[in-house]
Amino acid sequence: MTGGVLGAMRAVFVRELLVFWRRSTEVMTALVFFLIVTTLFPLAIGPERRELMLVAPGVLWVAALLATTLSLNHLFASDYQDGSLEQMLMSPYPLSAMVLAKIAAHWVLTGLPLALLSPLLAVQMALPTKAIGTLVGSLLLGTPTLTLIGAVPAALTLGVRGGGVLVSLLVLPLYTPVLIFGAEAVAASAGQGFASVAHLSLLGAFLALALSFAPWASSAALRVSLD
Amino acid sequence: MSGALFTAHGLSCARGDRTLFAGLSLELDAGEVLQVRGPNGLGKTTLLRALCGLSRPMRGEIRWRGEKVSDLAEDFTAEVAYVGHLNGIQGDLTAAENLRLARSIFARRGHAGAGVDEALDRVGLRAQRDRPSRHLSQGQKRRLALARLLILRRPLWVLDEPFTGLDVASVANLSSLIGEHVAGGGLALVVSHQAFDLPGIRGFELARYCRTRR
Repeated sequence: MTGGVLGAMRAVFVRELLVFWRRSTEVMTALVFFLIVTTLFPLAIGPERRELMLVAPGVLWVAALLATTLSLNHLFASDYQDGSLEQMLMSPYPLSAMVLAKIAAHWVLTGLPLALLSPLLAVQMALPTKAIGTLVGSLLLGTPTLTLIGAVPAALTLGVRGGGVLVSLLVLPLYTPVLIFGAEAVAASAGQGFASVAHLSLLGAFLALALSFAPWASSAALRVSLD
Repeated sequence: MSGALFTAHGLSCARGDRTLFAGLSLELDAGEVLQVRGPNGLGKTTLLRALCGLSRPMRGEIRWRGEKVSDLAEDFTAEVAYVGHLNGIQGDLTAAENLRLARSIFARRGHAGAGVDEALDRVGLRAQRDRPSRHLSQGQKRRLALARLLILRRPLWVLDEPFTGLDVASVANLSSLIGEHVAGGGLALVVSHQAFDLPGIRGFELARYCRTRR
């Protein structure tokens, strides 16, 4: 029976990867957005290294956060339109398990590439080399939390006109704690090189918390949206 | 309590603030087909969605094998196959991938029915096996959605306008699939305006339970 749930989750995961892979433009949008937004800052502020270094953690984190928000609309929308989501409600397994598999696949295709791309952009933002590890680490811990939290409003606004903007409005306030500790972790290790562990631990705690409630909350939201 | 496998009693459903029907009761036993009839806008789709657990009725109770559906939760959905207005076909996957993944997502262990190729054969889509499903025609997509019924061995089929977009041969094919299903002890709830004839078929006029006239 347990093997059955895992098998179904794996199938959902594979399905998502296949679909997103064939619609690679959607995956690329978030990534290119991240790239462009961070590139705008050196252009606007000027190439002065000290000034860039000062804003780098904040800029990189805000850009990552906005890119994630942008990609949230793809999480359920197409499955909602073609009726796949309706079918998923008829699964013999808990809906939250299916949702978790969907979120995991979504993160692998948006959050993970974003974290892997970040060192390149960190160099562009004149972030000290010693802080790059912390940047990647904080994004690896933070972006799954962002996707998990974002899944709830994404599910709730399905079928609502102008749902895309509504998702951003609902989700950005919820993102602030992750943003604060993520950017602070990077800033700490860029400056004195201490105390970033505490921030990273908190990011880890956020992730654990989001993992425990987000799949359940978004599956409840899906049931409401599809009623 | 009656002995039928699937019963609904005192069911009321609303859309917005308008009550669609009230006090509706029906029962369905193994080997039976119930054809829900009625003019557009009466609430046939709402009834079907309530019966298969996609939406919650305002009032009333639905029982499966004598137990409340709300208590059974996933043990009930594991027994229902629903084909609604939307086909639930992911356009970027091929016909075979759609079915193969549906099989792993929706079939409990030991409950899988026909194989993917066999199901595609039965609905006449073998040649479209490896084509992206978004390139299929409306009718072919419908047939692919119906093929899902075959790969999942679920006793209760809930079909909302299954004949939409199907050509004459496919309509006959679907009728015989439903016939085989009920002959093998299955149950089928069908919303359709199409007259089709099967042994064990009963009509159900939804209009009898609608108080408000449009």
